[in-house]
Amino acid sequence: MGEKRKIELDYSQLDSERMRLNVGPQHPSTHGVLRLEVELDGEIVTDVIPHVGYLHRCFEKHCEKMEYPMVTPYIDRLDYISSMNNEWPFIMGVEQMMGIKVPEKVEYLRVIVSELNRIANHQIAIATFGLDAGAFTPLLWLFRDREMILAILEKLSGGRLLYNYFRVGGMAADIYPTFKEDVLAAISQVRKTNPEILNLLLLNKIFIDRTASVGILPADVAINYGCTGPMLRGSGVPYDLRRTEPYSIYDRFDFEVQIGKGEVGTVGDCWDRNIVRYREIEQSCNIIEQAINQMPMEGDVKEAFPKKVRPPKGEIYCKAENPKGELGFYIVSDGKNNPERVKCRSTSFVNLSVLPEISKGYMFADLIMILGSIDIVLGEVDR
Amino acid sequence: MQAQEIFDKLKEKFNDDILELKADAPSDPIILINGAELFNIAQFMRDKEELDFDYLVDLISLDLGDNLGAIYIFYSMKHKHRIALKAIVPKDNPILPTLENLWRTADWLEREAWDLMGIKFEGHHNLIRILNPYDWEGHPLRKDYVTPEFYHGMKVPY
Repeated sequence: MGEKRKIELDYSQLDSERMRLNVGPQHPSTHGVLRLEVELDGEIVTDVIPHVGYLHRCFEKHCEKMEYPMVTPYIDRLDYISSMNNEWPFIMGVEQMMGIKVPEKVEYLRVIVSELNRIANHQIAIATFGLDAGAFTPLLWLFRDREMILAILEKLSGGRLLYNYFRVGGMAADIYPTFKEDVLAAISQVRKTNPEILNLLLLNKIFIDRTASVGILPADVAINYGCTGPMLRGSGVPYDLRRTEPYSIYDRFDFEVQIGKGEVGTVGDCWDRNIVRYREIEQSCNIIEQAINQMPMEGDVKEAFPKKVRPPKGEIYCKAENPKGELGFYIVSDGKNNPERVKCRSTSFVNLSVLPEISKGYMFADLIMILGSIDIVLGEVDR
Repeated sequence: MQAQEIFDKLKEKFNDDILELKADAPSDPIILINGAELFNIAQFMRDKEELDFDYLVDLISLDLGDNLGAIYIFYSMKHKHRIALKAIVPKDNPILPTLENLWRTADWLEREAWDLMGIKFEGHHNLIRILNPYDWEGHPLRKDYVTPEFYHGMKVPY
């Protein structure tokens, strides 16, 4: 339209070596709606700028407008892969403020459902990471096992991914008659598939070539960036809230905190982060097995429900070990039915901030692997 | 190290800038400090051998009516102790020094606090919005925030 616009370029000002590339927001390898502004020198990544916020719905503002029990379904939607683990710290924080002690049976049930959900989360993490590397079969195998776990959680709570199962003082529903058998069957299935995944994917020569010594995250950098969960443990720091500051009844179980040792490459590379996830699946199986054998099968899970959820004036920071890392809720109450302020320390948000640091100097294809190894869920990053 | 010992250690060094220790269980112990000295206090906490707070857990911004508050939670991987610092700044001039040169986590956490609560962090290399669109107006977590009717011609309230 109109006269043709003439563009005059001063070529001496152009840096012909560098290229800016947008990855996402609609791209399968970004695991959700994440946009990465990548600066490339040929195929080498020289800078990455993550742009987040595409799923932002101001969860924290919503919480201020709602009563405490109404917040739980929203928390499910933060990290929708591991909803059970998400609900726990919030509910635990409210219980600590109100001074509620939940029955033994509830504590065990919480441990079991959370560890089941941890297994499901790590299965997805490994499966989709394999998919990033081009391995399709492990995804199908792991989803088959995950289905058994989701079936148990569905029978308990009614939801397949978004459970709304935790309540202040107890659980929404009691266990069903064949719960113990189902859980033991699911564990034995997971234990059967796990070595196969190790041979099929994690010890595969091609997979090792893609992931060993890629995206190395040294321990001090990881701590400085606030990374937690398999990200931090993959770098060789044995920081696990279940062990360092045991909450609930985690001090009763015998399990090992897994750390990356650099078996095929350097400590803190993509492979280490995934082998930590893989070994945590085994440890979770051990915890569930101990818990299901110690758990009292009789008893009422709704026994300690308060008449009205109204914590006294005060504030608390309550944290728990999410599959992805430390998830914390800072709750400020001024004695009303709805919280004055809720701040979510979102694991994926903090873990993602390290991406520019660890992806510089690698090939562009490695950037996709590094992003996959962080295991983010954009629902939690953007809140 | 217990919260009281940490408080005494900081009080010894910074005297009047350390105001009070609030430690009523089940809440975590919080030390109220003078916001202007935040950077020096934080640097002392990170570098001092006995304190060694190498992990900034979280930064929480609060709307306290006429003031805004910022709570920093610290943890030490070596000594396995934790403490929180709280600084209060006036709402009409909410400025705090940045901690991004001490803990890189603070980069995104401070951008989030600026975006949602409007606390300015002096010295931050790139203090732009992170969760909201870059040209959004207002700070949604403030109690007096009013949702704009339109954003680029699109109706906002649903």
